[in-house]
Amino acid sequence: MLAGFFLKLKEAKIPVSIKEYLTLMEGMKQGVISPSIEDFYYLSRMTLVKDEANYDKFDKAFGAFFHGVETLVGAQIDLPLEWLLKQAELHLSPEEKAAIEGMGGWEKLMETLKQRLEEQKERHQGGNKMIGTAGTSPFGAFGYNPEGVRIGQKKSRNRSAVKVWDQREYRNLDDKIELGTRNLKIALRRLRRFAREGAPDELDLDGTINRTAKNAGYLDIAMRPERRNTVKVLMFLDIGGSMDDHIKLCEELFSASKTEFKHLEYFYFHNCLYDYVWKDNKRRREERTRTWDILHKYSHDYKIIFVGDASMSPYEILEPGGSVEYHNDEAGKVWMQRMLDVYHKAIWLNPEPEEVWSYRQSTQIIKEVMGNRMFPTTIGGIERAMRALNK
Amino acid sequence: MRFQGSSTYVATDDLMLAVNAAVTLERPLLVKGEPGTGKTKLAEEVASALGMPLLEWHVKSTTKAQQGLYEYDAVSRLRDSQLGDQRVKDISNYIVKGTLWQAFSYDKPVVLLIDEVDKADIEFPNDLLRELDRMEFFVYETRELVKAKHRPIVFITSNNEKELPDAFLRRCFFHYIRFPDKETMEKIVEVHYPGIKQTLLREALRTFFEVREVPGLKKKPSTSELLDWLKLLLAEDIPPDALRSQDNKKIIPPLHGALLKNEQDVHLFEKLVFMTRQSRN
Ligand SMILES: Nc1ncnc2c1ncn2[C@@H]1O[C@H](COP(=O)(O)OP(=O)(O)OP(=O)(O)O)[C@@H](O)[C@H]1O
Ligand SMILES: [Mg+2]
Repeated sequence: MLAGFFLKLKEAKIPVSIKEYLTLMEGMKQGVISPSIEDFYYLSRMTLVKDEANYDKFDKAFGAFFHGVETLVGAQIDLPLEWLLKQAELHLSPEEKAAIEGMGGWEKLMETLKQRLEEQKERHQGGNKMIGTAGTSPFGAFGYNPEGVRIGQKKSRNRSAVKVWDQREYRNLDDKIELGTRNLKIALRRLRRFAREGAPDELDLDGTINRTAKNAGYLDIAMRPERRNTVKVLMFLDIGGSMDDHIKLCEELFSASKTEFKHLEYFYFHNCLYDYVWKDNKRRREERTRTWDILHKYSHDYKIIFVGDASMSPYEILEPGGSVEYHNDEAGKVWMQRMLDVYHKAIWLNPEPEEVWSYRQSTQIIKEVMGNRMFPTTIGGIERAMRALNK
Repeated sequence: MRFQGSSTYVATDDLMLAVNAAVTLERPLLVKGEPGTGKTKLAEEVASALGMPLLEWHVKSTTKAQQGLYEYDAVSRLRDSQLGDQRVKDISNYIVKGTLWQAFSYDKPVVLLIDEVDKADIEFPNDLLRELDRMEFFVYETRELVKAKHRPIVFITSNNEKELPDAFLRRCFFHYIRFPDKETMEKIVEVHYPGIKQTLLREALRTFFEVREVPGLKKKPSTSELLDWLKLLLAEDIPPDALRSQDNKKIIPPLHGALLKNEQDVHLFEKLVFMTRQSRN
């Protein structure tokens, strides 16, 4: 809609494109909605926002923009839609103007709108519902009652006393993703590239010729097995410290791409790997998995990803009984080494900034145990990490 | 012709608006939402409400975009050639039409459902851009341009397993079906079990939304589970009182196995109930 609104959305970091904006204009032109702000809210949302994670951002931007509008124009506006279009006209770029010309031009657009609005007025005035409520309407400054101008709807919406966008119903959808912001998206792509090894299934031509020849010239088809999704991963996540949020982020990152992996299993540990890990952090004391069992259960072609900040007392890595959780008979380092002996493809992701690693003795020790394969959880870091896993 | 829900499907105002805008503006509507929120059902309902045939393309992890257009069955042709079959001379005998082609060749507008688009390879949606935009594609084997006689109304569902490419998203309208609130859920139940006793409905919904609130569930029960559960409650003639029971021993709702399909969740739930009971004593 109006360029200002569009820009507001851009400002709010919602990825909107001109193409979608024009679609919205087209929607307005074709009159797919009644001229209520609420319907405009829905139409613009479905046109401009393609991810429910951005709904909340959209709600905020929408609210902010229309709040601005309220203070700007006072209480006189009966036809916000028309006004919106006027605004749009003022702010359109030449290309956009051209596009609108292509749709029949502004005059026509405005005319249709006016006409529609007139029709509705007539229809509604009998019911004595139109406008009139200026100032008292829940939509306040617009001075019109959306119940009054809404068309084609028999039942009243009891919800509409509160603006939909002010309800911020999608807040928690965003909270989940907010953590990762943009990075997560790109990181995901990297991960997928990592997960997709080899080509999809196809006719094995050489094999077919070979076998057909052997079969006295009668066709004997050979198919190559599907080769993608072959990556198997075990993740070990350090949980129970200040890094929890970051660790969680990594977990989400991987689980978001879990369909790309043939197998992806998670386990939790605290600070360093010892004789036990667990799957459910809430029940870490009752339901543990022996590290030995993991070593036996998962074949050596699994790739191992540790995620943790590796900051602890060196004692926790190097000495028996060093664990903060319980008494470990063997040092963490011994367990780490055992794991690395079985699984050759292993890396450690460290959410702490790479610059501080060298100040922490424990980080240095772990890095050394890992044969230097410790990477930060930045895009570059993840990319390097995946490359190391593929080597 | 406007879609307004039906006697078997409850559509909220925002969903109706989305459907009608997509129909009028001839853009695909991408629908997301928790499992069981009626994404797949929507396409069926729109088709029957608008009196159009429904063509469904259910996507799997191995589905390729090309399969929706057509497949050239070279292997059959090769086999036929070995057997001296005359059909072999005409390549078009071996072109198998996909769902999209079928939708394009109808004499009237159809509803086309591309279900669970996120199951396929991430390139899948990108491979369909032109087809969905222009509603046409080229058959290389027969040098034929297939053009839709009528633009189908396209519904695409996703369960969010994968991100969809931006270029694809720009061409779609998007609607996220929010999990139904109590009021909407009552209506949904009523279309499935007309005349259900209000007391039972109320108690069942209260329990249902409570169970959904249980923290740490692997899979929250959805509309389908609620409907299944109600079916059992009705079949067993469970009185509404049984759901409201203040008696500590009976605090676990009857037949809760229908609501919680995941074994871990059932355990978790039972444990929680057990703990509440303990603390009440
Ligand atoms: N709004 C509704 N009105 C009537 N029935 C509904 C509604 N929403 C869901 N249902 C019922 O719930 C069941 C599940 O619906 P459906 O299969 O369409 O869900 P879905 O969103 O496609 O789920 P999934 O993500 O698992 O594929 C159906 O049996 C349908 O009848
Ligand atoms: Mg479905």
